[in-house]
Amino acid sequence: MTNGPSDLTIWLVIVVLGIGTFLIRWSFLGALGNRDMPPWVLRMLRYTPVAVLPALVAPLVVWPAATGGQPDPARMAAATVTVAVGLWTKNMIVAILAGAITLFGLLYML
Amino acid sequence: MFLQGAVKSLPFLIVMIPFAVLFGVVATEAGMDIAQVMGFSVLVLAGASQFTAVQLLSDNASVVIVILSCLAVNLRMAMYSASLVPWLRHASGGQKAWVAYALVDQSYALSIQEYEADPAMSLPQRLAFFAGVATVVCLPWMICSWIGATVGQAIPDGIALDFAMPITFLAMIAPMLRTPAHLAACFVAIAAALLLAGLPSGLGLLIAAPLGMATGAIIETRAKGKAAA
Repeated sequence: MTNGPSDLTIWLVIVVLGIGTFLIRWSFLGALGNRDMPPWVLRMLRYTPVAVLPALVAPLVVWPAATGGQPDPARMAAATVTVAVGLWTKNMIVAILAGAITLFGLLYML
Repeated sequence: MFLQGAVKSLPFLIVMIPFAVLFGVVATEAGMDIAQVMGFSVLVLAGASQFTAVQLLSDNASVVIVILSCLAVNLRMAMYSASLVPWLRHASGGQKAWVAYALVDQSYALSIQEYEADPAMSLPQRLAFFAGVATVVCLPWMICSWIGATVGQAIPDGIALDFAMPITFLAMIAPMLRTPAHLAACFVAIAAALLLAGLPSGLGLLIAAPLGMATGAIIETRAKGKAAA
């Protein structure tokens, strides 16, 4: 990549993220010990994956970088199929396969 | 106990191996070299946040936003850490440190299930079980990222790999949407992320995600209130 982040930036992210992630994992086990977290914190934490990951992905689905930010029917359809199959089968691998087949099928046909 | 943990984790490899290879491929496509890919998989060792970092970095988001977003993705692990305390309280500082290092979704889920099912396990047995799971789950993650990074350089540009990450994440999330609260959290986060898409990259995520989390928590509280009444 020509104008992407520099090597130094990437290493900075890796090292800080490595340390930060370790501290998150170590927090209660190592330092905070027996103190209980307030229930509302636990309640919020329960929803981190289902809030963070969709918020990250949604703009990529609607305005994909590969098409210069133009909405793309093949990618929208692939995302929809992935979610539908994932909800239905509860199986991540099956959902990925269904999404990938939809994407490549439609890209090939359109 | 080590072996039991190892054997019970084998099914995870069906998901783990392709996911790790994909990380290597996607990160390489985004311009990272093998050392950086391995830096992520060894030092960070957290799949979803590694993908998030690569995505935001290739979007030229600022370093602060990349780090905050990825730490947010990993915040759930504080919950895992807290819930292991009753079981591993008397472990030594060093033991707690390596458990923390290898505390990922899979090692947490399997270990806590085992500890609760058999409360009579001794501390060394608990640690051995965890080590078995962690070995089977974490080592392949590192090795397969390396394979992905190596193979990734050979994949032609024409293939629509840009969409591998969104599809993988959507497939991960969909099975988690078990309750109305999870659905609401997800929906609010998506709506906010789309509305805030005009903000500098990554910033919308930092606002949208907490909105979604708060929505989930509020709906859960309400549902409980109703059930109690």
